[in-house]
Amino acid sequence: MNIIALVKQTPDTAQLSASMDGLKLSAEGGPRIVNPWDEYTLETAIQAREEHGGKVTALCLGPPEAADALKTALAMGVDEAVLVSDPAMADSDSLTSARILVAAIRKVGAFDLIVGGRAAIDGNTAATAVQVAALLGVPLVSYVAELRNLDPSDRTLSAVRLLEKARETVTSRLPALITVVKEINEPRYPSLIGIRKAARANIPIWGCKDLSLDAAAVGAGASGVEWRTELPPVREAHIEMIDGGPEDAARTLVDRLMEEKVI
Amino acid sequence: MDFELSEEHRMVERMVYDFARNEILPSIREHDRNGTFPHELLPKMAAQGFMGICLPVRYDGAGMDFISLGLLSEGLEWADSSVRETIAVHLGLHALPIFQWGTEEQKERFLPPLATGENIACFGLTEPGAGSDVAAMTSRVRKEGDTYLVSGEKMWITLSDVADRFLVFAKTNQEEGTRGITAFLLERGWEGLTTGTIKGKMGVRASNTGWINMDEVPVPESHRLGEEGEGFKIAMSCLDNARYTVAAGAVGLMKYCLEASVAYARQRRTFGQPIGDHQLVKQLIAQMKQRVDLGELAVRKVGWLKNRGMRNTRETSMAKWYCTESAFATASDAVQVHGAYGYSDEYDVERHLRNSKSAVIYEGTSQIHQLMQADYEFGNRTDRPLRCEMPAYDPEYWQQ
Repeated sequence: MNIIALVKQTPDTAQLSASMDGLKLSAEGGPRIVNPWDEYTLETAIQAREEHGGKVTALCLGPPEAADALKTALAMGVDEAVLVSDPAMADSDSLTSARILVAAIRKVGAFDLIVGGRAAIDGNTAATAVQVAALLGVPLVSYVAELRNLDPSDRTLSAVRLLEKARETVTSRLPALITVVKEINEPRYPSLIGIRKAARANIPIWGCKDLSLDAAAVGAGASGVEWRTELPPVREAHIEMIDGGPEDAARTLVDRLMEEKVI
Repeated sequence: MDFELSEEHRMVERMVYDFARNEILPSIREHDRNGTFPHELLPKMAAQGFMGICLPVRYDGAGMDFISLGLLSEGLEWADSSVRETIAVHLGLHALPIFQWGTEEQKERFLPPLATGENIACFGLTEPGAGSDVAAMTSRVRKEGDTYLVSGEKMWITLSDVADRFLVFAKTNQEEGTRGITAFLLERGWEGLTTGTIKGKMGVRASNTGWINMDEVPVPESHRLGEEGEGFKIAMSCLDNARYTVAAGAVGLMKYCLEASVAYARQRRTFGQPIGDHQLVKQLIAQMKQRVDLGELAVRKVGWLKNRGMRNTRETSMAKWYCTESAFATASDAVQVHGAYGYSDEYDVERHLRNSKSAVIYEGTSQIHQLMQADYEFGNRTDRPLRCEMPAYDPEYWQQ
C-alpha cells in the first residue's frame, strides 16, 4: 500500500504563554511540536503499513523548521518524508494549503490511502484535509475512530466515525482520505533506532517550482479567508446579588441561569 | 568547543521528556504514597530501548552514546528519582560493567537479555556494616573445586526484590582488604540466595530498596566478572557510570523544581502582585537557574569525556557531588516558593525534596566526594589505567 500521512507542525499550546496577535498565536521562537492529532495520523499510517506492507510518505506544509515534525515522523517509523515549503506559501488559508498539498501528493505519485488528523490545534479549521479530498476527487471519511477493514486487494475500507452522540460505520472504496480522532489508537513514541535514522535523514524540500505552482497563486495574497475577530475575546464578568428568601432566590436563580442559557 | 546538542540528542531528549510526562507523572504520586514499585513502567521502558540505551546494537542495545544516557537519566528524574534509579542500577551498575570487564562470551550471554529488559539487574556492594568503607565488607567466598560458595549480607540494594540478576562483591581473600574482593554475577532462583525489601524510606518510595542474603550460594567460574581480587576496581569503575546517571538525574530534578516554581510564582499572588515579582522569590529562582546551568555543564562534560573514552573518575565525582547537593538545595527552595502547598504531596516538589536527600548519600556521600577532590589536589590520589577500560564511543562499532 502507498500511504500518505499529512502532518502539520504547530506551536506547543501546552507550553505557550497566552500571547495572541489578532487571531494568530504569537509563537515565534516558542516550542513547536507535531500537531497532536497528527500523532494519531502517523500511528494509523504506520499500523496500516505494518499490516499490509508498502510505504508511508509523510507530507508537511510549513516553514523550514517544520522539518523537525517530519524528523519525528521518521523516528516513529514512516519510510519517507517531504517538506513542502516556500516563502511564497506563507499564510495560505486552508483551501490554498489544500491546493499546495494536492500538487505535492500528485508529485509523490499513486496512493491508496491518505491519512490526516481531525484538525490542527493552531488554526483548528478541520478544513484542509476535507478540501484535499475534494480537490483530488477521492472519498472522504472523517472523524475515524476505528479502521475495521482496510483491504488493499478488494480496494475498500470500513471505518467507524465518531460523531456527536453516535458512531457511524461506513465503507468506502480506495483510494480514499481519512481523518482520524484520538480514539483510534495510542501513538507510539519515536524509538531510539528510529531517532538515529531520522537524525541522519536528508528531508527533501519542495517549493513552488518543484510543484509547478505559480507563486502568485499561493500564500496570503491568493487566500480568500480574512480573519477579523480580535482575540483573545474580552472577558465580561459581573456579580449580581439575588435578594429574598431561599425559595424566591432559588426560583430567581434558576430563571436567570436559564435566561443566560447556562442550564 | 561545541555546547550544542546534536539533532539526535535533541530528539532523544524530547522523546524521554514526553515519556516521563505521559507515562511516569500520572501515576508516580500514588506509587510514592503507597511505596509501590511501578512494575508497569518496565515493559514500556524496555520497548523504548531505555534498558540498554548505550549498549552496542550487537548486544541488542540501542547503540546510543553516553550523552544520550545522561539525557535519559535527566528526563526520567525530571518526573521521579525512583525511575531514574532503575536505569542507574540496571545499566550503570550492572550491564555496563559487564560490557567493560566481561569476556566476549559473558557479553554475548548476559548483555542481550539485559538490553531488552528481559532480565532486570541490580548491584550489591554495600553491607549493613560497610558502606563508604568498602574494605570492611564481610561477604566471603569459599571455593570448592571450580565452584565459588558466596555468603554474606548486602544492604540498601536498589531493585533487590525486583531484579533477577545480581552483581555482588565478596572477599575471595580475607587477608587482602580491597585487593581480596571479587565480583560475581548471581541469578535469582539459585540456592541460598534470598532478597527482601526495606520499608519506611524518607524518599524514593517508588523505588525498590532492600537486602540480599547469600548463604553459600554456588557460583560457577563462568559467572565471575573479571579476575579474582579485581572486584574493588570493578566496583569503582561501576560507580563512574552510575554516578554520571545520578548527576544527570539531579539536573532533571532541578529542572522540574525550577519550572514548577516559576509557574507557581507567576500565578500565586500576595500583597497585590504575583509572588514572582517579589525580590526574594526572584533570588530563589535565580539561584535555582544557576544550579541547573552549572550542573548541566558538569554533566555534559562528563558525557563528553565518556564518549571520548577518557578517564573521568574525578570529573564524575565532582558532577555527582555538585548536582546532588544542588538538587537538594533546589528542591528545598522550590518547596519554599510553593509555601504551605509545597509542604503537601499535592505538589511534586515535596516528593522531589524527599527524593533528593537520598542522592547526597548513595553513590558516595558528599563527604566522600570532597575527600576525593582534595586527595586529587594533594596528589594523594591518581587514576591508574585499568586492565579493562571503557572504550570510547565509536558509532560504527556501537551501531553495527
